[in-house]
Amino acid sequence: MLLVVEQFLNGLQFGLLLFLLAAGLTLVFGIMDLVNLAHGSLYMMGAYFAATFAAWTGSFLLGALLALGATLVLGIVLEMSALRHLYGRDHLDHVLATFGLILFFNEAVRLIWGPAGLALPLPVWLTVPVPILPGIHYPAYRLAIIAVALLVALLLYLGVMRTRIGMLIRAGASNREMIGALGINIKLLYTLVFGLGAALAGLAGLMQAPILTVQIGMGENILILAFVIIVIGGIGSIRGAFLAAILVGMIDTLGRAFLPNLLRQVLSGAAASTAAPALSSMLIYLLMAIVLVVRPEGLFPANRR
Amino acid sequence: MKAFTVSKAVTALMLAGLVLLPLYSQLSGNIFILTLFTRIVILALAAASLNLIMGFGGMMSFGHAAYLGIGGYAVGMLAQEGVGSGFIQFPVALAASAIYALVIGALSLRTRGVYFIMITLAFAQMAYYVASGLARYGGDDGLTVYKRSDFSGLINLSNRTQFYYLCLACLFGVVFLIWRIANSRFGLVLQGLRSNEQRMQAIGFPSKRYQLVCFVISGTMCGLAGALLANNTDFVSPAVMYWTRSGDLMVMVILGGMGTLFGPVMGAVVYLLLEEFLSQLTEYWALIMGPLLLLIVLFGRGGIMGLLGRLNRG
Repeated sequence: MLLVVEQFLNGLQFGLLLFLLAAGLTLVFGIMDLVNLAHGSLYMMGAYFAATFAAWTGSFLLGALLALGATLVLGIVLEMSALRHLYGRDHLDHVLATFGLILFFNEAVRLIWGPAGLALPLPVWLTVPVPILPGIHYPAYRLAIIAVALLVALLLYLGVMRTRIGMLIRAGASNREMIGALGINIKLLYTLVFGLGAALAGLAGLMQAPILTVQIGMGENILILAFVIIVIGGIGSIRGAFLAAILVGMIDTLGRAFLPNLLRQVLSGAAASTAAPALSSMLIYLLMAIVLVVRPEGLFPANRR
Repeated sequence: MKAFTVSKAVTALMLAGLVLLPLYSQLSGNIFILTLFTRIVILALAAASLNLIMGFGGMMSFGHAAYLGIGGYAVGMLAQEGVGSGFIQFPVALAASAIYALVIGALSLRTRGVYFIMITLAFAQMAYYVASGLARYGGDDGLTVYKRSDFSGLINLSNRTQFYYLCLACLFGVVFLIWRIANSRFGLVLQGLRSNEQRMQAIGFPSKRYQLVCFVISGTMCGLAGALLANNTDFVSPAVMYWTRSGDLMVMVILGGMGTLFGPVMGAVVYLLLEEFLSQLTEYWALIMGPLLLLIVLFGRGGIMGLLGRLNRG
């Protein structure tokens, strides 16, 4: 029981983290029609910034805030210097150009911070276990991640659906020429959206940093999960990204936790322990395959014109 | 069609260079260059196979490195289990790649455009994780192939020159095959599908079936490259399937010129030589390579072949 609740919360936390990443990716794709592989690099930069700033200031929260701002600025600079020129080009061009950016970021990080990973220690008040149910404790930091991510998801929803900027963003997604013709500064809007996506990725990275080590290439594996989420949820749909992210986070976490035991009931011990790691890492891809067979355009495709 | 063009001349020069390379290596005593070019030829084969689906078929696969791994693991696993004969290893490698391509292709071709890119990427990553989970075959650390494929006296793969020529022959064979495919009725249908799928469907072509067959052919060819690669490095690990490898292959195709016959070969030669040159120049070679890719995408339309074609027109 204890393990089930714990793993369930772990799955929720991982899913919400994935959502932050996928939301930025799907936002940028939905509005600018840009496939950004370097999104994972922004996630990595968020983690590196947080580790560095936290060490400088001596405060975790201050470091995190500074890192958030730094990734936002980095995203804006990246958009204005390079990615802006890719709008309207072939998706293949996006893939290659941003692939080049990944190489650049990984190498730049190696040059600046060195090849060894960094650690981002947590303040004491976040490390204590919190009782959530009678007899069941859960780390405060993971609860904090869940809370922050849910808050961000809510703000994102309100921001996109209820504010003027959000209205412009939605308008830009459905017809970019028209809102340009109506006198909206599209360039600025695009830069803003990209910055927002970058900040979301950075937030995901800096929140994940204390749980995993901060290392080169940390953004790449999780980027592919974000892709899977977008494919499952439907490209351009934030709601789809949210639900698919929770689904993927749950399945991945619960699969890794419980599949080995389940297999052991069916197969012999040796066969189960060989098959389990391979099979549990395949689960979400199998899910994606099933979704593709049933609904090729994703579970919650963004509304088409 | 002009008899002489700059791109034809450069291609001929490159091919002659590839054929004569072992001679140069022998005369100069530079063994390293032969090892380097064996790798280049094998990856050129992989790039050429990717070009078949990308350039002629219009399918942007971002998971092509998976076949390098599948072909390689077929050789490595069989060698580990005591099956050393290349007459078994290579057919198994090709068949395994073909089956994987059939399944992945059937699923991925339900989508198009950017979805296709992401899905092929995700499936290749799945293959990567599966290979990492194979504890019996080295898992993350990979699998050493202690003995190269044995072709019972027909050809000795441990002989550098013989192995190089085997790889080169495979490359030429595959390029010849692609040339025949591209100009066949099948290839013309594919190119028609690339330009306008709806129209082709309206004429009555079962578009997905054509694309799937092309996808399987391409995957099988790349599986051959994988089997050769495992023999070349005497080692196979999940890292050959990592998604950056797929990215490398894509870059080779684009750099050389997508949809041209010899473009991918040239792309592979230039890309890998550039990587070699830059990595000798500085440890942080990717710092230059990354932005260079960005510039190639932004300004180098049509790749090297496109550039040579423009030179010709003056």
